[in-house]
Amino acid sequence: MSEACDRAALAAPLFDYTLRLADTALILGHRLSEWIGHAPVLEEELALGNIALDLIGEARALYSYAGAVEGKGRDEDALAYRRDAGGFRNLLLAEQPNGDFAATIVRQFLFSAFAQPFWRRLAASRDATLAAIAAKSEKEAAYHLRHAGEWLIRLGDGTEESHRRAQAALDELWPYSGELFERDAVEDRLIAAGIAVDPETLRAEWQRTVSAVLAEATLVAPERAWMQSGGRHGRHSEHLGHLLATMQFLQRAYPGATW
Amino acid sequence: MYTQGLLHGKDEDRGGPEPAEKLARFQERIDAEEKIEPNDWMPGAYRRTLIRMISQHAHSEIVGMLPEGNWITRAPSLRRKAALLAKVQDEGGHGLYLYAAAETLGVTREELVEQLLAGKAKYSSIFNYPSLSWADIGAIGWLVDGAAIMNQIPLCRCSYGPYARAMIRICKEESFHQRQGFEIMLTLCRGTPEQKAMAQDALDRWWWPSLMMFGPSDAQSQHSDASLRWKIKRFSNDELRQKFVDATVPQGHFLGLTFPDPELSFDDAAGHWRFGAIDWDEFRNVLAGNGPCNRQRMTQRQAAHERGAWVRAAAIAYGEKRRLREAAE
Amino acid sequence: MSEVPMPLWEVFIRARNGLAHKHVGSVHAADAAMALQAARDVYTRRGEGLSIWVVPSTAITASDPAEKDMMFEPTASKIYRHPTFYKVPEDVGSM
Repeated sequence: MSEACDRAALAAPLFDYTLRLADTALILGHRLSEWIGHAPVLEEELALGNIALDLIGEARALYSYAGAVEGKGRDEDALAYRRDAGGFRNLLLAEQPNGDFAATIVRQFLFSAFAQPFWRRLAASRDATLAAIAAKSEKEAAYHLRHAGEWLIRLGDGTEESHRRAQAALDELWPYSGELFERDAVEDRLIAAGIAVDPETLRAEWQRTVSAVLAEATLVAPERAWMQSGGRHGRHSEHLGHLLATMQFLQRAYPGATW
Repeated sequence: MYTQGLLHGKDEDRGGPEPAEKLARFQERIDAEEKIEPNDWMPGAYRRTLIRMISQHAHSEIVGMLPEGNWITRAPSLRRKAALLAKVQDEGGHGLYLYAAAETLGVTREELVEQLLAGKAKYSSIFNYPSLSWADIGAIGWLVDGAAIMNQIPLCRCSYGPYARAMIRICKEESFHQRQGFEIMLTLCRGTPEQKAMAQDALDRWWWPSLMMFGPSDAQSQHSDASLRWKIKRFSNDELRQKFVDATVPQGHFLGLTFPDPELSFDDAAGHWRFGAIDWDEFRNVLAGNGPCNRQRMTQRQAAHERGAWVRAAAIAYGEKRRLREAAE
Repeated sequence: MSEVPMPLWEVFIRARNGLAHKHVGSVHAADAAMALQAARDVYTRRGEGLSIWVVPSTAITASDPAEKDMMFEPTASKIYRHPTFYKVPEDVGSM
């Protein structure tokens, strides 16, 4: 097959793949931004803000690329603001509510422990744009992982109350960690083309990182958990609808306006 | 902060009359534009005035995060979302720098926060108004940050070193805030009729409160004299307010907006925009706690503080455990 | 106030092109690792930093400004410690 044919054939899975990454980054970034004005410590207002900004930045780069790959003229805002929940492809983990600070930290930790090795691998992608985005995102994810990990240790091994909250958060969010490692036809096509990362190859490292931090945090991962799934295919929790209703309101109320 | 560091300890100001000689020498240093640093001798009143001013400024930044933070989740584009998040985050940072500066005067952040949450501390009255539309975000950046910048640039030359240095850092960061706000207003005024109406409505609501930000007129202000003498404040309230009006009115006209002041007119001879009477009753009431959002702002801050207590306790508990473990090794 | 206060740390940053760490302010944190992160999150958002030092405020010993004369006057007048005190003919070349 000619190179042009290859590119055309890969456009659809590449769009889906990139959109999943973009949606996850945006939804998680949006969740973190909800903490502004409510954080437990002033220094943490800034820290969570930084993580949110990193993720929103990643989302913007990914949306722009996805729109270009799709080739229908949709820019970052068209993709972010004018799809309904069924069209979103983010991980379920990202859309879970902030809960208390422990839940936010656990969510971030489970995600970033995956994101860092993921971006590191993706930096070797044959797709130059994804590789460049990945190289930048890896550094960001490394910091998010350190931040969340250090906090998780302090919450787990802090006071009785913080330990209880951290354990409860872990129990609640663990069932969303399975989706991190899902692989479907989209990944299959792109892995064969040297573009995407096989998430299964990241499981061992993720497990090691998670186990080490949980041990130091004196927390216990649930033994068996039925893993939730569906985000990557547009089947979301009830939370996403409300999140999007807030996020997209102005664009929906004033269609066609420039902001 | 630095006072604990002195090798030989320091005599506390025990109240009582301060030696005229020391006061005179202090005034000489001020007049010579010398910077006063944390360990320097200073009159008790100077220290108290600074603690009051710096902490009020810090509280204002923190409370100021709320009306704008209100719109982060509804920001209508990704670019606006990121910019607003960065701006509000900056405000948190400014509060932090200012609390740090206040702490050099012998007070803790915890004490200051407690005063704020107990309703014993003042903060800029402007933040007791609600942010009702996206245009408010534009108006707040353009007007409120614009007014704040007028106040803040002179403070970069304040006689107290840590405050002056914090202000220099803040002013550097602040420069994008006003531009962001004005750009939003410009986009709205060039947009749909509904967007333009939104912008006009925001100006109608934020104009007078912005003028009140400069504080009572000079004739009415209690604190001005000493603050000016000690070069804590460099210009009077009325001077700064006039400067703000002169800079801002043409900007509003450029946007194609009208100001909610039938008496607004340009005085050719003096080269100033003359404006109508400020409703000082409203100002006093808002300061006294009767503004539209006073209770809501404090409730939100109190809730965040209370809900965060277990987190702070956990961090401290872990810190202790770690110290003990390391000591045992 | 019943709550235990968070310790205060002084923050020093060496800029990308800088040679020395400069004092930029302080942060509150419960331990050194968190202080370092807080310093990074608060004081390097505009790419200011390449290296951060955090020091517990209580660890800093400061000279007493009241002793300024005793501490610093004598050193200001020993001009023979400065190269400009010495005259070398230009013909000798740069020295």
